[in-house]
Amino acid sequence: MLRFALLRILGAIPTLFVVIAVAFMLVHAAPGGPFDSERVLLPEVEQSILQAYHLDEPLPQQFARYLRGVLRGDFGPSYTHSEYDVSEIIFASFPVSFLLGAYALITALTLGVFFGLVAALRRNTAIDHLLSGLAMTGISIPVFVIAPVMVLLFAVHLGWLPASFSGGTGAGRFVLPVIALALPQLAYFARLFRASMIEVLESDYIRTARAQGLSTVSIIRHHALKPALLPLVSYLGPAIAAVLTGSVVVEQIFGIPGLGQHFVNGALNRDYTLVLGLVIFYAALIITLNLFVDLLYRYLDPRTRRQ
Amino acid sequence: MKTSSGNRRPRYAILGNRLVVVCLLALLAIAVLSIVGTIASPYSVEEISFDQNFEGPSLGGGHWFGTDDLGRDLFVRTLKGTQITFLIAIVATMVSLVIGVTYGAIAGYFGGKIDAIMMRAVDALYAMPFIFFVILLMVVFERSLTLMFIAIGAINWLDTARIVRGQTISLKQRAFVDAARMVGVSNFAIIARHIAPNLLGIVIVYVTLTIPQIILFESFLSFLGLGVQEPQTSLGALVSEGVSRMERAPWMLLFPASFLAVMLLCLNFLGDGLRDVFDPKSAKA
Repeated sequence: MLRFALLRILGAIPTLFVVIAVAFMLVHAAPGGPFDSERVLLPEVEQSILQAYHLDEPLPQQFARYLRGVLRGDFGPSYTHSEYDVSEIIFASFPVSFLLGAYALITALTLGVFFGLVAALRRNTAIDHLLSGLAMTGISIPVFVIAPVMVLLFAVHLGWLPASFSGGTGAGRFVLPVIALALPQLAYFARLFRASMIEVLESDYIRTARAQGLSTVSIIRHHALKPALLPLVSYLGPAIAAVLTGSVVVEQIFGIPGLGQHFVNGALNRDYTLVLGLVIFYAALIITLNLFVDLLYRYLDPRTRRQ
Repeated sequence: MKTSSGNRRPRYAILGNRLVVVCLLALLAIAVLSIVGTIASPYSVEEISFDQNFEGPSLGGGHWFGTDDLGRDLFVRTLKGTQITFLIAIVATMVSLVIGVTYGAIAGYFGGKIDAIMMRAVDALYAMPFIFFVILLMVVFERSLTLMFIAIGAINWLDTARIVRGQTISLKQRAFVDAARMVGVSNFAIIARHIAPNLLGIVIVYVTLTIPQIILFESFLSFLGLGVQEPQTSLGALVSEGVSRMERAPWMLLFPASFLAVMLLCLNFLGDGLRDVFDPKSAKA
């Protein structure tokens, strides 16, 4: 287990390095620099700006400098928010994004398991078909369609919940964003859990348990639940990536001051360092969380542990 | 084809197939409507008339879907957006198809170390937050449709590559491949002429599953303002405009959003149904 963990961590390092290198090269392959604005600068001013941002150095040297910075958690200054560093922006906006994502993932997982279980136990009944149809709808319809429609319905017309994050206080302002973000993953988890539960329930050892007269509740709780949950654990990685991507849109719609909003604004304002820093941060986050998911899976599934 | 789901879930299979037919017809209807409607309508996509802005949808008044904040006819704009969305989806899918099939066929055909390295790379790529890289591309370079085709297509080939590889491995053991090799056909000619055509069925399935992903992706970018730019429009861009005006003019959100939702739903049902038929083993029930 320890050896596996170490190998996986070592394997993640080159991946991260490639991510940083590719992102850095992309930004620096850009036609025109970040300060090519309509304003014509004095040559001396331009020179001093280039020097201040180290843009006058050769590219490999710039990359080495950037890499050293990243390792210290320093992503350099932001091009458009001259008073903030990219790291400061990231660390200030990360907590709210993290909360949003964590709530969404927990909601998706618990409700997904619940609905998947109901569908599996009522297989091929009207309830099952209804849930399957709903799941497909949830998977197909994008967050940026569901979220505004929910705002229109629950905030504008019914007035139950605040339409924007800053317009509310307490837990209420999290409700709509979390639901919007959770729905597609909820649908996916439900489908996945239905399929894996059905497969487990058809296996021989469950038939044995049933033959011994165990009740359905007891069979599910003690024998079927854990193995049926395993495919969900392996889907956690993609789910985390999807929630992170979705949060970019959800934060935009609800005006939540998180990472995603800075990312989009940075992208629209062509704030190269901010976008570069956030891409690397997102990648590092996804790679790290995937690592944890892998280890968790390894820990939970005795078959992979023995190898 | 053999009987698809055997006798295990006949009712479900029939229901699925009926759904597939309905979805296929709905998609065809949307495609035809988007072409015929834009030609037949008296309004243009870009024509601005401020005296007619925010008109609600009405069948008698001429603007079936109403007008937007600049008085542009929403019916024509929605159909035009649908066209662009379809166009991007088809071209980007072709890009992803070419990459995925080539990559998967080479890995599967040559096997051994080449295969191991190529598939390890695919595994690593699965963990990449590609969306963020595409956004980075959109920031760095001039935003253009061509860049979108390539960027979106270039990141959606992983599933196709995996499936094609698996299929190629089983194909290359067949007698006709041995025969071709024996008469001296080169490896690449075997892949192009003997392996690739046999991948058609499975590839069609994954194409139908890739298209909705690509549509989702394109509309995601356009929604954020990083995709299709004015004066061109796509469903994602229209939904984005609709969101900013939804309290004043909810129809600006609802019409494009419904088109997008129906298209994605139908494509997903279609892909799922086809997979059940062509590839029963990987069907997720």
